[in-house]
Amino acid sequence: MAARRSPRVVGLVLACTVLVLVVVTSLAVGTRSIPFGTVVRSFTDFNGSTDHMIVRELRLPRTMIGVLVGSALGVAGALMQAVTRNPLADPGLLGVSAGASFAVVLAIFVLGIGSLSAYVWFALAGAAATSVAVFALGSIGRGGANPVRLALAGAALSALLGSCTSAVVLLDRQTLDQYRFWVVGSLSGRDMAIVGQAAPFLLVGLLLAFALGRPLNALALGEDAARALGTRVGLTRLATVLAVTLLAGAATAACGPVAFIGLTVPHLARLACGADQRWLLPFSAALGPVMLLSCDILGRVIARPAEVQVGIMTAVVGGPIFVALVRRARMAPL
Amino acid sequence: MIGALRWRGISVRLERRMVIASLLLASLLVVVGCWSISVGDFPIRITEVVRTLIGRGTSSSEFIVGTLRLPRVLTGAMVGAAFGVSGAIFQSLARNPLGSPDVIGFTFGSALGAVLVIVAVEGASSVAVSAGAVAGGLLTALVVFLCAWRRGVQAHRLVLVGIGVGYAVAALTNYLLTQANISDAQRASVWLTGSLNGRSWEHVRPVGAGLFVLLPLAMWMGRSLRLLELGDDTAAALGVRLGRARFGIVVVGVGLAALATASAGPVAFVALMAPPIARRIVHAPGITIVPTALVGALLTVSADLMARRMLAPLELPVGIFTAVLGAPYLLWLLTRETRMGAL
Amino acid sequence: MTASHPPCRLRAEAVCLAYDAHIVVDDLSLSIPDGKVTAIVGANACGKSTLLRALARLLRPTSGRVLLDGEEIHRVKTKEVARRLGLLPQSSTCPPGILVADLVARGRSPHQRLLQQWSVTDEDTVRDALIATETLDLADRPIDELSGGQRQRVWIAMALAQATPLLLLDEPTTFLDIAHQIDVLDLVADLNQTRQTTVVMVLHDLNQACRYADHIVAMRDGRIVADGQPTEVITSELVEEVFGLECIVITDPLAGTPLVVPRIRHRCATGATSTLSLAGV
Repeated sequence: MAARRSPRVVGLVLACTVLVLVVVTSLAVGTRSIPFGTVVRSFTDFNGSTDHMIVRELRLPRTMIGVLVGSALGVAGALMQAVTRNPLADPGLLGVSAGASFAVVLAIFVLGIGSLSAYVWFALAGAAATSVAVFALGSIGRGGANPVRLALAGAALSALLGSCTSAVVLLDRQTLDQYRFWVVGSLSGRDMAIVGQAAPFLLVGLLLAFALGRPLNALALGEDAARALGTRVGLTRLATVLAVTLLAGAATAACGPVAFIGLTVPHLARLACGADQRWLLPFSAALGPVMLLSCDILGRVIARPAEVQVGIMTAVVGGPIFVALVRRARMAPL
Repeated sequence: MIGALRWRGISVRLERRMVIASLLLASLLVVVGCWSISVGDFPIRITEVVRTLIGRGTSSSEFIVGTLRLPRVLTGAMVGAAFGVSGAIFQSLARNPLGSPDVIGFTFGSALGAVLVIVAVEGASSVAVSAGAVAGGLLTALVVFLCAWRRGVQAHRLVLVGIGVGYAVAALTNYLLTQANISDAQRASVWLTGSLNGRSWEHVRPVGAGLFVLLPLAMWMGRSLRLLELGDDTAAALGVRLGRARFGIVVVGVGLAALATASAGPVAFVALMAPPIARRIVHAPGITIVPTALVGALLTVSADLMARRMLAPLELPVGIFTAVLGAPYLLWLLTRETRMGAL
Repeated sequence: MTASHPPCRLRAEAVCLAYDAHIVVDDLSLSIPDGKVTAIVGANACGKSTLLRALARLLRPTSGRVLLDGEEIHRVKTKEVARRLGLLPQSSTCPPGILVADLVARGRSPHQRLLQQWSVTDEDTVRDALIATETLDLADRPIDELSGGQRQRVWIAMALAQATPLLLLDEPTTFLDIAHQIDVLDLVADLNQTRQTTVVMVLHDLNQACRYADHIVAMRDGRIVADGQPTEVITSELVEEVFGLECIVITDPLAGTPLVVPRIRHRCATGATSTLSLAGV
C-alpha cells in the first residue's frame, strides 16, 4: 500500500507544481507584453500604472476563474465518467450546458439582460433545472437511474433545449448578437464579482465530489457488487449528479460552455494515477486548470493583439489529445 | 413466414407487412404533401392542387404550386428520405439506436464548411454554401475515419473519434460565428438549423438524382448490413468481406447525408427518428431501407408544414420542428426500452 | 504421425499466429480429417480459440498458411469459403427482436445472389435445419425470449442452413447447463453421422471431448502436444502435461472412451485403492 501510494503523492505534488507554474505564466503573459518584474511588482508594490492595473484587474481574476472553472470541469468530467461508467461521458451529457445556454438566451431575449454577472444566475438556474429534469427522466421505470438512461435523457433534453435556443436566437437578431459571444466559452471580461458569484457553488461541489471517492470506486464494480459492499447506490448517484450540477453549472455560468476539459482531463489524470477515484478526483482538480489555463494562455498569444477564446482553444487542443488517447488505448466495446 | 416473389430462376424477398406498410406510408406522404401545398399565404383548395399537379390548373395556381410549393415539398421529402436512410445505416453499423451521421462528425463538419463559406465569401450563393457543406462534411468524415484507423476500423473507436472531432469542429464553427458580422451570423444560424425556405427546382434535381443512385445502392448493401448486425465473426463466416462492406456502406451513408445536408442544412433528428419508427411499423428487427426512407420523408414534410403554419405569418426553419417532435420521441424511447446497448 | 494420411480438406501448415506483438501460436501444423469430429482441447490461453479462428479464416497467420481444398484460404473468395466452411463463434450479437426463422434464414446468404434472394432450395434447407435442431415450433418467436440452450440450437440451425461440408464450433457448450450441453453435442454428432460433416470443436470439457471426438488435438502454450484418437492420446501423463492436473484415466462405462478423473485435495473415497487397481494404476 505504502509503496503504491508514494508515486501518486509525488505525482500530485508534481501536478500542483505545474499548476502553480501555469498560474504564474497566466499572470505574466497576455496580449500586451508586460515584463515579469513589473508583474511581480504589481503585487508587492502596486502603483496604479496601466500595466499594474492590467495584471491585477484583468489577469488576476481571469486566472482565478480559470483555476476554479478548470478544477470544476475536470472533477465534473471524472464524476460523470464514473457514474455513467462510460469513458466518453462529459458533464454536457446531463444537459447542463444546454440548460444554461437556454436560460441565458431567455434572459437576453425576454428580459433584455446584458451583463455577464447577471447571466451567471440564469445559467445556474437553467443548469440546475435541466439536470433535475434529466435525473428525473432517467429514473423513470424499473431500476432507477442507470447510466444508459441518464445519458439518453440528457441527450434528448440537450437536443430539445438546443433547438429551442436556436428558435429564439433566430427570431431576434439582437439576441443572436449577444448570445454568439457567450456561447463560445471565454475567460475574458470576467471580473472578481463573477469569481465571487461562482466560487461558493464550485467549492461546495468540490467538497461533495471528494467525499464521493470511495462510493464511486465501489460503483465502478457494478451495481450488484457495489451493493454487496454496502454502498447506497441510489444515493451515490443522486449525490454525484448534484455535484456535477453544481460544478458544471457554475463553471458554465461563469464562462459559457467550454468543451473537452470534462472529457479529456479525467483520461489524462487516469494515466497519471490509475482508476482509484480517491486519487483521480484530486488529480483531475489539479490537471483541469492546467489544461484550461494553458489553452487560455495560448489563445492570448496566438492571435496578438486579438485573442482567441478559451472555448475554441480547448477544442482545438483537446480534440487531438482525445483522439490520440482513443487510438492509444485498447478500447473495450462501448 | 418469409415471403418471396418467384419467377423462373429469379426470386426476390418481399414481406407482406413491409409492402403494405410502404404503400400506406407512401399514400400518407402524398396526402400530407398535397395538404402542405394547399396551405400558405395564398391558400389553394386541395382539389385545385390535384388538378394543378395533373396539369389542368389555372396560371396562378400553376405558379404557386409549380414554382413555389411543389419543389419545396419534394425537396423536403427527398431530404427526409436521405437523412432517414443515412441514419438507418449508421445505427446499424454502430449497433446502437443513437447512431447517426453525427457519429462520424459529419454533421459538425458540414456545418463548419457551410459557415466558413458564408463568413468568408461576401454574399455567397446557396450553391456555394451547399458545396462548402458537402466538402466540410466529407473532409471531416475522412479525418475521423483516418484517425480511427488502426489496422482496421472498429465501430466503437469510430464513434469515440467522431465525437471528439465533432466537438472540436463545433467549437471552430462557434468561433467563426463570433468573427462574422451579424447578418452573416444570422444567415449561418438559419442554415445550421436546417431549413427548406426558398427551395426550388434547382434543389430538387440534384437531390433527386442523388437519391436515384444512392437509394438502390443502399438497398443492395442492406443485405451485407443485415449480416454485419450478427457480429463480425458471424458475418465473415457468412461471406461478408468486412472491411470492404463497411467502407462501401459508410460511403453510401455519408453520401446520403451529404446530399441531404447540401440541400437543406442539418435537419435535426430525422436521421435518428426515422429508422426506429420504420422498424416498429414494419415489425422488422433490422434495417429496412424503403420504409425508413418513407418515414423520413413523411416526418420532414409534416415538420415543414408545421414550421410554415404554426406561428403564421412567421415561418420557422423546419429543423426546429423536427427537433420539437424528435426530442420527446427520444424521451419516449427512453421510458419504453429497458434493453438498450450502452452508449 | 500416422503412416496413411486420411483425406483432409482443411490443413494448417507451420502457422504462426499473433495478436499485435504477442505471439500465441508458433509453427503449428495440423490436418483436420474429413468426415470426422475433431476436438481441440487445452488450458485457458493455450491458443485453441486462436487456432480455430485461423482455420475459420478470421485471423491471418503471420507466417505459414491455412489450406482449404489445397488452396490458401485467404486467397479463396470470402463467399466461396462461406459455402464450404461454417462457423459458430463463441459470442455473437443479433438485433433485438429478431425472429428465429429470420436468423436461420440469414445462414443462406452465401448461396444467395441479387436476383436469387429466396429460392425454393433456401426455404427447404432452412426448414430442414429447423427440424434437425428441433426448433421448428420456435420459428416465429423472437430470439430474446428463448433460453440459453434453445438459443444455441438456433445458432446451430443457422450454421446448418449454411449447408457446408465443414463446420467449426468455438466452445459451443459454454453457459449451458449439462442437459443442454449434451443436447448440443449430440446434435453435432448426429450431423457428423448423417451428413458426414467434418466438425472441428474447441471444447473446454476434456471428458466431453473424449466422448464425442474421433480425433483429439491437445494444445499447450501454442503448440500441439498430442494429436490422435482419444483412446491413444488421453493418458494421465498427457493431462498432467497439458493442464497441470493430476488424475487417473479410466474407461467410460457408457461410451467406452477415456474418462478423466481428477485427483482432488480433500476427499478420497474408501475403497478408492481398489478402484485404482481396477483401472490398472
